[in-house]
Amino acid sequence: MERAIDLEIQKLKERILLMGGYVEKAIEEATQALIDREPERFEKVHEYETIINRSHIEVDEACLRLLARQSPLAADLRLIVAVIKINTDLERMGDQAVNISHNGKRYLERPPLKPLIDLPRMSQEVRVMVRAALDAFVKRDSVMAADVLQRDDSVDALKHHIFQELIAYMGKDPTTIEQALNLILIARNLERLGDHATNIAEDVIFAVTGKDVRHGAHNPSRRVAKPSGKAKT
Amino acid sequence: MSGTRDIVITQTILDAKNINAWFGSVHAIRDISLPVEKNTVTAMIGPSGCGKSTFLRCLNRLHEEVAGARVEGQVLLSGEDIYGPGTDPVAIRRKIGMVFQKPNPFPSMSIFNNVAVGLRLAGMGNKALLAETVEKSLKQAALWNEVKDKLKAPGTSLSGGQQQRLCVARALAVNPPVLLMDEPTSALDPISTAKIEELLIELKKEVTVVIVTHNMQQAARISDRTAFFLLGELIEYDDTSRLFTNPRDKRTEDYITGRFG
Amino acid sequence: MVGLLIGCAILALFPLFSVFLYVCQQGLPGLHVNFFTSLPKPVGEVGGGMANAVLGSLILITLASLIGIPVGIATGVYLSEYGKTKLSMILRFCTELLAGVPSIIIGIFAYSLFVIPMGRFSSYAGGAALAVIMIPTVARTTEELLKLVPVHIREAGLALGISRWKVTLIIVLRGSLSGIMTGVMLGLARVTGETAPLLFTALGSQYWPRSLDQPIASLPVQIYTYAISPFEEWHQQAWTGALVLVLFVFILNLTTRMILKRHAPAKD
Repeated sequence: MERAIDLEIQKLKERILLMGGYVEKAIEEATQALIDREPERFEKVHEYETIINRSHIEVDEACLRLLARQSPLAADLRLIVAVIKINTDLERMGDQAVNISHNGKRYLERPPLKPLIDLPRMSQEVRVMVRAALDAFVKRDSVMAADVLQRDDSVDALKHHIFQELIAYMGKDPTTIEQALNLILIARNLERLGDHATNIAEDVIFAVTGKDVRHGAHNPSRRVAKPSGKAKT
Repeated sequence: MSGTRDIVITQTILDAKNINAWFGSVHAIRDISLPVEKNTVTAMIGPSGCGKSTFLRCLNRLHEEVAGARVEGQVLLSGEDIYGPGTDPVAIRRKIGMVFQKPNPFPSMSIFNNVAVGLRLAGMGNKALLAETVEKSLKQAALWNEVKDKLKAPGTSLSGGQQQRLCVARALAVNPPVLLMDEPTSALDPISTAKIEELLIELKKEVTVVIVTHNMQQAARISDRTAFFLLGELIEYDDTSRLFTNPRDKRTEDYITGRFG
Repeated sequence: MVGLLIGCAILALFPLFSVFLYVCQQGLPGLHVNFFTSLPKPVGEVGGGMANAVLGSLILITLASLIGIPVGIATGVYLSEYGKTKLSMILRFCTELLAGVPSIIIGIFAYSLFVIPMGRFSSYAGGAALAVIMIPTVARTTEELLKLVPVHIREAGLALGISRWKVTLIIVLRGSLSGIMTGVMLGLARVTGETAPLLFTALGSQYWPRSLDQPIASLPVQIYTYAISPFEEWHQQAWTGALVLVLFVFILNLTTRMILKRHAPAKD
């Protein structure tokens, strides 16, 4: 049976997916401009962010309208709540992409410190996470979403590796500090992007299963036995 | 054990055990067990004809007053089976009050007498005490201020919402530990509905309320526990906040998200 | 179209007003205190009244009420509250049938039931005959009115821990009392004018009522007797009697309506 709310939810999902697409593009553009040393392409990131921001407001309004008019319950309610949170995450991700472009711009003003190997891998990994999280959202697939949570570990590992490497550079030669810091900030931005993707995956799991898996709450304590009457049903 | 989640009932005041009910040959309630926690509001929801009202009427032995109706099973009120041998349904109903769908003050009876009649027939002759109890009940029902100057006016002269609160006062007058409500606001406007709902939140400090409602938002707003009925069966019984955010049974989910019913 | 309807309505009212006017015209000259205080005078003597008949009628109506109202209401309550059994179906059918039985036949019935065994005409027999005529009206009105009381009102009573018969008596019956009173008054008005059943039962009398097991005078019978007599003075008395009877029924209806209006429950 097609309900009025189904159409609205469908529209909302499409919007989130589109927004996610722009986030992906923004991350890609920011890292690629850095890798290819083409600072003028950072402008594109700002354009994407403007679109993301506009979408952020529209999705919020749509959710508010839906809550007020449809009084969603159960899975519908969880989905709307998840959308509100995913929406915020995506907006923050747009901001992070812009941060990458700022830091990248500063980095490109000087000669490169070293060949970029781990940063492109990190960027690639984060984009895969965003795409997978949103795919899981659209398909209501909690297994796929859980997979995203695992991937975040490799992003964190990459960040850790980059930090170690750059600290070594800075230790050996203090003139590299400024450029190394720019790269550290970018690695940090990418790591934050991974965290946002993780948040999205967690919200998807909540929307689909009703289980809250945040902050290690994998096993929410269920109440125990009922005293009387075998619950027949 | 398909859908019901195990919930902890710390102090059971009303405990229905394996209730079966029939209208003639129609098996309307199928083996329902449902413990009710003291000083809570327990809501019963479900599509029309799912048996929730019938089940409610089994809880004060009103079901059997319908011609051809029959009940089997136990309902323990503070441990005592109201269907036990030799139990007087009339005495039981004094302990389990009921408010109906349509406001139904007794015709050609004053506001005062509507509230007092239960007490008088239960043998309260002391006029001062009677007046005091009537006042207390009307205050409990949040109606006193509106009617204190016209207690002699007919109960039917009040507005629909006031009439329903009069019925609440009438039920409360005999001081029942349990109050059953059968869609008490379905005939009322939103403001009167809000008043009744407010009232329930207050009332549950003293009375245990079991309410049948068609309005899921209402169940979500006012109840502590919710039971979902379908085709005479109890499908799911859980904390209200959990049932409405994360029901366990697919049928509950489908119903509360409006996929059927 | 509306004009036609108004015309028909006036046509329906015409007999009522013409009867009333004619009775007034003929009866008023004989209407004075004596009529209510004196016994009938023998033929040829001037004056005299129908005091014994007025009193007799009141006694007969009281007797009829004493039997007819409780039995009628009880029947109505039974039909409405326990009305789904076979017995009640039969009872309802009989009540309807009884309402259609010509009153003279009821008179004959009371005659064979009371007058023959007792060996004489009496107030008892008259009262019983009138009661039988009253019962269907009262029973049907009671039943119809009780049926109007919604089921949930009864259930509210039951749910309050009131036993079924008390619910019926205190909540349902009392709630419909004003309506039932109308039924009673209608029944009374009807039997007040009954003549035929009294001919075989109360017979009539020229004297003050002495005892309930004696024949007793009544207005309708007295009017009948006087009206078919060859004497002009008696005709005058009969007209006055008719006027008193009409006025009595009229006042009875009016009071009922006034009582009803005062106690009418507010509509919700």
